[in-house]
Amino acid sequence: MPVMPDFELLRPDSAEAAVALHASRPASRYLAGGTDLLPNLRRGLADTATVIDLGGIAELAGIRVDADRVHIGAGTTLAALAAHPGIAAELPALAQAALAVAGPTHRESATLGGNLCLDTRCRYYNQSTPWREANHYCMKLEGDVCRVAPKSKRCYAAFSGDVAPALLALDAEVDIVGTNGRRTLALAEFYHDDGMRWLALDRGELLAAVRVPLAPGWSSGYEKLRIRGAIDFPLSGVAVALARDGERLAGLRIACTGVSSRPERIEGLDALVGQPLDDAALAQLEKLVLRGIQAMETTTASVPYRRKATPILARRLVTRLWTEAA
Amino acid sequence: MMSVETEIRFKLNGREVSLKVPVAMKTLAMLRDKLGMTGTKYACGEGECGACTVEVDGRTVNSCLMYAVDCDGRELVTIEGLRTPEGLHPVQQAFVDHGAVQCGFCMPGMIMQAKNLIENNPGLTREEAQRGLEGNLCRCTGYTKVLDAVEAVVSGKSCGSRP
Repeated sequence: MPVMPDFELLRPDSAEAAVALHASRPASRYLAGGTDLLPNLRRGLADTATVIDLGGIAELAGIRVDADRVHIGAGTTLAALAAHPGIAAELPALAQAALAVAGPTHRESATLGGNLCLDTRCRYYNQSTPWREANHYCMKLEGDVCRVAPKSKRCYAAFSGDVAPALLALDAEVDIVGTNGRRTLALAEFYHDDGMRWLALDRGELLAAVRVPLAPGWSSGYEKLRIRGAIDFPLSGVAVALARDGERLAGLRIACTGVSSRPERIEGLDALVGQPLDDAALAQLEKLVLRGIQAMETTTASVPYRRKATPILARRLVTRLWTEAA
Repeated sequence: MMSVETEIRFKLNGREVSLKVPVAMKTLAMLRDKLGMTGTKYACGEGECGACTVEVDGRTVNSCLMYAVDCDGRELVTIEGLRTPEGLHPVQQAFVDHGAVQCGFCMPGMIMQAKNLIENNPGLTREEAQRGLEGNLCRCTGYTKVLDAVEAVVSGKSCGSRP
């Protein structure tokens, strides 16, 4: 099989040690499950002199359900996340999103942190080197132009992780470890709308854990559109968290993936809260979703299709959760 | 850059193995090129197809997406580990009985995944088998007979089934 670039492999046993190693070596990369990094290394989309394997860091493992929130180590596999009874019961959007990633064998290796930090994707970027070379490369790597939007100054590669929108809808926050200590960010602050710099991580910073508040009375779900029923990244993905109070909507959060360079939390939904979820409200919801996304030609499915499908995906999921909450 | 080799020890199909591998070598390449165990297939090499599925500590993974050094201290089972002196593994026998094999290239991965699914869920339904095998692509698109074979093992109707 093709030769992988050679590198130095390090296995720190704490998050602090990992961060220190990263800081001391200029071209280093963190490795968790490897399901995103290994194909990218193989295709020459990433290079590295040092790989820092996070598998030996105890702090990154484990799920803890407290009275008012769930704490999940970033090294938790997606299979473990999807199979956790507490998460399936309390945070269904998270379990459904974890289960929607790739296929069963990927989920045994792939981690929560890896899916949240997934490299952005594009039909012009996720290709072999000869393909990219023949196309004169693109802005994200080795080129100057964004092939999706040639006049633009930025890269439009799409964020395509399934778990991030679920956690955005569930109002999660993340713990980050860096050389200057630890900090906590709302997940919404963790992403930038830029295909080349989509994570609010400073050099060497490490995502250590995710905390999700438990919100009694709320329900949630995740729906994903893709060509094959498995393995594929989303053409579009929608997560919804919803609270119903009798005939009125008591709370609504929606986040989308695959249709922008970051997972997008949809703005303006508060206008629907306090009202019944009638046809007018659903039409308004579709408009707000369409306004909040920026589907570009990053996938083989067309932009008009994804622009049309995403609001409908949201409408169906909201309607289902609303009906189930009756 | 000089190749950095690491010594690893692990259990492969019940036998202790120790060897030196380059850090960048994948488990799939180690099995096929270093150990000569070519039952595990190299197809896409980037986690799209499942042909390289092996069991690591009882869980099935894509061996093309796992560095060989990660095998250290663990227990691997490959397709070569399924057959016993008494004959084929019941899942293998069921695949033969049901003509589930066309070109055969996806079979080692398919069988490893099917065996793992049945062991973890003896009452596996056809629908669960379908979900569980969705990461294994068959380029001949011969999925129906694969599911028939899995169903036969679960229901004990395969002539190769052990009590």
